[in-house]
Amino acid sequence: MHSNKHFKGLVAAMFVVALAAVGGAPAAKAAEQLKIGFVYVSPVGDAGWTFQHDISRKDLEKALGAKVKTSFVESVPEGADAERVIREFAASGHKLVFTTSFGYMNPTIKVAKRFPGVTFEHATGYKHAKNVGTYLARFYEGRYLTGIVAGKMTKSNKIGYVAAFPIPEVVRGINAFTMGLRSVNPKAQVNVVWVSSWYDPGKEREAAETLIAQGADVVTQHTDSTAPVQAAEDKGVYAIGYHSDMSKYGKKAHLTAATHYWGGHYIAAAKAVMAGTWKSQGIWGGIKEGMIKLAPYGPAVPADVRALADAKGKEIASGKLHPFQGPVKDQSGKVRIPAGQTMSDKDMLGFKWYVEGVIGELPK
Amino acid sequence: MQLRLEPRAMPSKWLRYSSPLIALALTLVFGVILFSALGQNPAVALYTFFIRPIGTLYGLSELCIKAAPLLLCAVGLAIGFRGNVWNIGAEGQLTMGAICGGGLALAFYGDEGPWLLPLMIVGGGLGGMAWGAIPAFLKTRFNANEILTSLMLTYVAIQVLGYLVHGPWRDPEGFNFPETRLFGEDALLPVLIEGTRFHFGVVLAVLAAMIGWVFVTRTFAGFQIKVVGQAMAAANYAGYSGNRVVWTGFLIGGGLAGLAGLGEVAGPMGQLNPTISPGYGFAAIIVAFLGRLHPAGVLLASLLMALMYLGGESLQMNLNLPLAITGVFQGTLLFFVLASDVFIRFRVKLVHNVPRTAP
Amino acid sequence: MAEIDTIVAILVATMRAGTPLLFAALGELITEKAGVLNLGIEGMMLVGAVAGFIAMVLTGSPLIGVLAAMAAGMAMSGLFGFLTLTLMANQVATGLALTIFGVGLSAFVGLGYIGNPIQGLPGLAIPVLGDIPVLGSLLFNHDPLVYVSLVLLAAVTWFLYRSRAGLILRAVGESHEAAHAIGYSVLKIRYLAVLFGGATSGIAGAYLSLVYTPQWAENMTAGRGWIALALVVFATWRPARVLLGAYLFGGITIMGLHVQAAGFAISSHLVATLPYLATVLVLVLISRDATRIKLNAPAALGKPFHSSG
Repeated sequence: MHSNKHFKGLVAAMFVVALAAVGGAPAAKAAEQLKIGFVYVSPVGDAGWTFQHDISRKDLEKALGAKVKTSFVESVPEGADAERVIREFAASGHKLVFTTSFGYMNPTIKVAKRFPGVTFEHATGYKHAKNVGTYLARFYEGRYLTGIVAGKMTKSNKIGYVAAFPIPEVVRGINAFTMGLRSVNPKAQVNVVWVSSWYDPGKEREAAETLIAQGADVVTQHTDSTAPVQAAEDKGVYAIGYHSDMSKYGKKAHLTAATHYWGGHYIAAAKAVMAGTWKSQGIWGGIKEGMIKLAPYGPAVPADVRALADAKGKEIASGKLHPFQGPVKDQSGKVRIPAGQTMSDKDMLGFKWYVEGVIGELPK
Repeated sequence: MQLRLEPRAMPSKWLRYSSPLIALALTLVFGVILFSALGQNPAVALYTFFIRPIGTLYGLSELCIKAAPLLLCAVGLAIGFRGNVWNIGAEGQLTMGAICGGGLALAFYGDEGPWLLPLMIVGGGLGGMAWGAIPAFLKTRFNANEILTSLMLTYVAIQVLGYLVHGPWRDPEGFNFPETRLFGEDALLPVLIEGTRFHFGVVLAVLAAMIGWVFVTRTFAGFQIKVVGQAMAAANYAGYSGNRVVWTGFLIGGGLAGLAGLGEVAGPMGQLNPTISPGYGFAAIIVAFLGRLHPAGVLLASLLMALMYLGGESLQMNLNLPLAITGVFQGTLLFFVLASDVFIRFRVKLVHNVPRTAP
Repeated sequence: MAEIDTIVAILVATMRAGTPLLFAALGELITEKAGVLNLGIEGMMLVGAVAGFIAMVLTGSPLIGVLAAMAAGMAMSGLFGFLTLTLMANQVATGLALTIFGVGLSAFVGLGYIGNPIQGLPGLAIPVLGDIPVLGSLLFNHDPLVYVSLVLLAAVTWFLYRSRAGLILRAVGESHEAAHAIGYSVLKIRYLAVLFGGATSGIAGAYLSLVYTPQWAENMTAGRGWIALALVVFATWRPARVLLGAYLFGGITIMGLHVQAAGFAISSHLVATLPYLATVLVLVLISRDATRIKLNAPAALGKPFHSSG
């Protein structure tokens, strides 16, 4: 990733810039090159949330070549430091800044007020300003499809779900997965274990093993490491990854993964900023927009299951199918979304109840 | 031939102040080697790390903001460490201070006045003190080792914070995301320099360091702590109570850490979220020792530590160097600073293989 | 039968979760018994984890992986020893700096090895015995390092209380002046103890990267080094209690997960506090007998020593 060649290429440019800054000489006007900053919440790693943002950043560089220059800061805590990093990007000539974690929402809004000429895009938030847009993926669409795969593959009808924190995004994923699961296998149920961390390979593995010990024969996750997939591989059960294709960690176990991809959006946003056509909006893209994809199916998934999941994916993309299409019942059996209706985006954003088929109560 | 360390009759006063410069020189040499090996221009890299982050008024103000919580925590810890009170749970006390002070801001939201901020400051300090009081109580009453209890309580405090912001305290208009609402105007520490985030909490931190200095050098309680720390037998003889020192250390350390937490949430953050501190409470332990457990030294050490954070960001942003390099560089810098202190008390001699016959 | 299976699963998982803690804490115990406080366990574990992983990828041999992890941990602790023993730098601060350094160093050398899954260490089922129901999976069906950790525990216990070298080590930790006066080389003994601590921390890291979650990822120890440190105190410097602490801590974590998986509605945050609270509670119960603790705690812990010639 950070190869020496890459460095040497940069050094010359950096040196000129630094000299200009030190010597006070006017910096040569880079020919309309758009500098883009990325703020990451964790190390890039090789799977997980930040990794997906980083491959998308690289695709952006590849697609637009010399017209853009990107840089990033990783492991930026979501406390007081975020504002400084975001502001530093804005103050050092970056005209487009992507802040890629929910906790950066208020810092982004604060900095944006001070830098009206800079465009900001915040992932997963809900606050907007004239120069702040948001973007989010309809992760639940992918979850629904992986639920279908799990429903077809399970024999014990028990699915284990390793989750980080009970926030709406995670709850939405659990519910969408369960809706997909029970659309093909009404007897199947989902057990959830919260590990209270986005990233702790050891604990994620313990959680996965716990679920397997209690009878789960498919394990999926809403955490960052690949440990649950490895646990499934070792214990001889199936796994469904999240964020990234995790198949290399479970050659036999990995059925598929609900992945997300931001490259298309990053390229579009950069182009819009360069063309002066960028407008603040709340983008929520799914399968249709190419933000959500299933990872390639593992060898264990039979052709008819693949065909079914692919077909349902097309239906979701075309708008014919919605994962939360009534009737949607909650755990008590009460109908929350009557037949013929679908859940509104606003209700989905604030999800705080489980659908029927999830075991246990949602921690309050 | 080998290197030998020989104790000086008197610690060298001159080296007391110049040993950090030796460390700095060694760090620069190491930096040149490290960055050259990475294919970087070492001059540019060192400039990017040490100078560039503080080249502007805004940068300087950020340095102060970053140093403030470290300073508050480290002054409190240093006072305890002088008396051999091993509080390594400042992180938890900081978190609890943020919870208590921030909780007041939430409780009186929409119903506030100029009285709120002082109340929050008191609440933050008391919250940290209360959390520090638990290890003190367990130590004095049950003899439970404070290293373990204060560390474990840190994890508990962080989970309590998580519970609150994920649950009862989350922003009612926030789509159930894990953060509280933004505090009202009256609950925020005033910004003192327009255009920056330099807030009143920085002043509080410096005041705390000054009061700490007076406490350590000019009061009887400060003297007692020192005696207990250096010679327990003498302290017993003089009738000083070890238990009182434990309580003093934890209450001061916890209170100041609590203030640090409050300064974060009522200062630059303006709300509570699950990650208030990126480890200030732990970093402050290093700061306390780098500052040789003296409030004035701690002030300088906290600025150095803060600069290392800013420099790390700067290296990533400007030279695309990974964060990992920063860790290696920071660790090495600390090693040099810590190791250089040896020259204060010892002189280095080259001896030919004739041990124990130094002149 | 289902209940028994669950209980066995909990106990087996507990042993696995406790094993890295046990390794690291036993090393720190020896280090502290010699009078040296090394707070850099987390950093040594990470460097051990990455070194073990790289060696395993390059050679394909788990044994070489574990040995490389030991060597890397020893190199880290040797650095610590040089700073604190030879140069007499402050132990607390140097240990913390060692962690910052180790986190960075491991991330840096591991950059090219992220996303390189390996086949973890295979289990070592003991023939015949491993097939006994319940007891077989409980005692005779673990990965090799679990057995090694238990052997190490026995060895450390024997060393400290039954061997002459252990007696000397404890003497050095009790009063380095006295030990020096008798003619023991305080510095040499402390170096050896510190190196031993580095070696076991290295194995603890390798347990994570080679066995528990066979992969390398930055910061994969996720704070276990700090828990190991706390366990030495928890154990009041007695080896058997280190085992108790490691399994107690691991066990309560695993229980919390099982309780959740069974569908009980408890705040996951509050569940996560349980291992910490339980450790504090048990320590309070153990510590009430003040004199016995004083006997165990090395009196010269953290104090620098210089043999003025």
